[in-house]
Amino acid sequence: MSTSTDHGRPDPEATSSGLGSDDRPVSDRGDTVCVIGAGASGLTAIKNLREHGFGVDCYERETGVGGAWNWRHDRSPVYASTHLISSKPFTQFPDFPMPDSWPDYPHHSQLLSYFERYADHFDLRSHIWFGTEVIRVEPAEGERWDVTTRSTGGYGPERTSRYAAVVIANGHNWSPKLPRYEGLEQFRGEIMHASSYKDPAQLRGKRVLVVGAGNTGCDIAVEAAQQASRCWHSTRRGYWYAPKYVLGRPADQVNDSLLALRVPLRLRQWLYHWTLRLTVGDLTRFGLPKPDHRVYETHPIANSQLVYYVGHGGIGPVPDVARFHPYAVELADGREIDPEVVVFATGYLPRFEFLDASVFGDSAGAGRPGLWLNAFTPGHPTLAVAGLVQPDSGLFTLSHWQTVLFARLLQARRDRPERAAAFGQRVRERAGERYSGPVKESSRHWFEVGHADYLRAVERALVELEGK
Amino acid sequence: MRGREWSRPVRPARREVLSAVPQLEEGRPPLLFVPGFGHGAWAFAEHWLGHAASRGFPAYAVSLRGHGGSEPAPEATLRAYAHDVVQVAAGLPRQAVLVGHGAGALVVAHALARYPARGAVLVAPVFGGWGVLGAALRRNPAGTLPAVFGGPLRLSRGQLFSRELPDEEARRYVGRLGRAGRRAQWALLGEPEAEPAVGAPPVLVLGSPDDRVVPASTLTRVARRYGSAPLLFPGMGHDVMLDARWAEPIDAILDWLEKEPAGH
Repeated sequence: MSTSTDHGRPDPEATSSGLGSDDRPVSDRGDTVCVIGAGASGLTAIKNLREHGFGVDCYERETGVGGAWNWRHDRSPVYASTHLISSKPFTQFPDFPMPDSWPDYPHHSQLLSYFERYADHFDLRSHIWFGTEVIRVEPAEGERWDVTTRSTGGYGPERTSRYAAVVIANGHNWSPKLPRYEGLEQFRGEIMHASSYKDPAQLRGKRVLVVGAGNTGCDIAVEAAQQASRCWHSTRRGYWYAPKYVLGRPADQVNDSLLALRVPLRLRQWLYHWTLRLTVGDLTRFGLPKPDHRVYETHPIANSQLVYYVGHGGIGPVPDVARFHPYAVELADGREIDPEVVVFATGYLPRFEFLDASVFGDSAGAGRPGLWLNAFTPGHPTLAVAGLVQPDSGLFTLSHWQTVLFARLLQARRDRPERAAAFGQRVRERAGERYSGPVKESSRHWFEVGHADYLRAVERALVELEGK
Repeated sequence: MRGREWSRPVRPARREVLSAVPQLEEGRPPLLFVPGFGHGAWAFAEHWLGHAASRGFPAYAVSLRGHGGSEPAPEATLRAYAHDVVQVAAGLPRQAVLVGHGAGALVVAHALARYPARGAVLVAPVFGGWGVLGAALRRNPAGTLPAVFGGPLRLSRGQLFSRELPDEEARRYVGRLGRAGRRAQWALLGEPEAEPAVGAPPVLVLGSPDDRVVPASTLTRVARRYGSAPLLFPGMGHDVMLDARWAEPIDAILDWLEKEPAGH
């Protein structure tokens, strides 16, 4: 396999220098591709680009791989007891399976060791600049990119390198989305976002209000039920709480048996509702609100324990928060509760502060780039985003195929430019396409994808690109 | 989309892995040897593992489920065997070279679609098809016919070894042979071709023109599929790793790896 660089590190001796847009010196990295972030999506980008013969420089602001899944990183959202909510076959990279000896739903520490092994197995670390953060990515002549970096601590000089292409894999679960409430500033209790929740000891013996019914919110509510003196769980609407096991098998595997048979959505919804009626039963009996939507219309919540703890009185389901008072929280139904700790499990917003929002077709700067396949941006054939999807399964398989597609696109630009141009045309025409069926509109769901629909779309794009 | 991989993952099974690693780590890629049907990791532990390690290559051999010291698995399929190989390969510290012998070569071909190997070596590959069955029936009808109906496949001494191998040794090896799952055996008749290998690894095909299981024409056909010509070792039987001149093929494999970019 030929590579344009044997070692990933930009070597000032080996690269020619030019000048950037504002007369900064720029070291030219030739055909090398820049990958931003060494989390799950970044790692698979390095591996797949290398496998397709490209040199890679990856910049990682932390000192280790794993991104969100490395609990030592200050941007990691994982907490002590985080477990996967999609089972192994849905989570692993398709060409690097997790060990048979692992459980169906591994712990976050196992996931980190998985990424470390992946990096070592494919010798990816020598292509990663740790402790280096990307502060600017700007288009340069010839559809290339100037990437400016500096050390994470902010010391040392900035340096700019010119790359043939860029893969953005900076993750989307690190910038907390905090809701605004009347009176929140006056509240005297402790307020935290789920991103700073690390250990159940933070809740022990306290009166806790958990806001948000994402998977994290439900997990924290379950922990609070076991640790706190009291737990309220505030949700805006009713949700479907799917058990992690159905018929003795991981529920996602059972669901995918139906997907593999291409059972229509309506029939799957009916079967799902029927299964939930048999296993979980009528949620309103527990005091939980009735879901106002059908299953598959919001991001699925896989939690076998929430309903159990509601049934044991450990979790008190409450409606949306109306406003905060100094020592109390007023709920939408007029009730007042007096939590000592409020945990906002209200999600995260994707952020790309190193890139001018207009490059992404997001001139409003709302953090919602207009992309095709959630990865390719119109007018910029050498830029791709990896992992900006919120799938109803694991993410890493999707990142893998996104980066394979990007690597093949870069190959096509060199070997079959007409194919690459046709691909660019499709990106322009189909940016913003959705792959999720009818989902509820919210900032959390705009990049929601159904994994089967999405992977079929990527597969079609691969076939069209290769012209088979 | 690989719906089946997700909705019906292969059931885990306990696997035997034998190994010989060099005393000094020289940065060479690990080799994973995959024995053919009926054989276990022992077939490589006899000579090849130690020899590869002595030349600086960490060497491992897996017993497919139902074989050697691995867990019994009478209903194993070809997919389960490929799963075993990918699991062991992904568990090695670095990207591995897969070396499959006999039907193990077919298992390796399937594993290559699921694991980006550094390289692959197909030794006396049994890729199935009616031609191979015809040849086996002509040479050893009593041992082959029961397999068609789900019984054990029994290979004879004459098929496996040259006359140079001492009789006592040959008998000992034949006595150690087990059998593959019947569903995997049937797969040799009608299994669809393996998906293309991921990561475009270099592939070497080698065997013997005097192999009485795999005809030379099959060697040429398999090698052509991977864009090369087979490397031939006349005068050897099907089990080149156990036959009298076992050192020649393994040395050729290691020489090839040292020359290939994969070896570094």
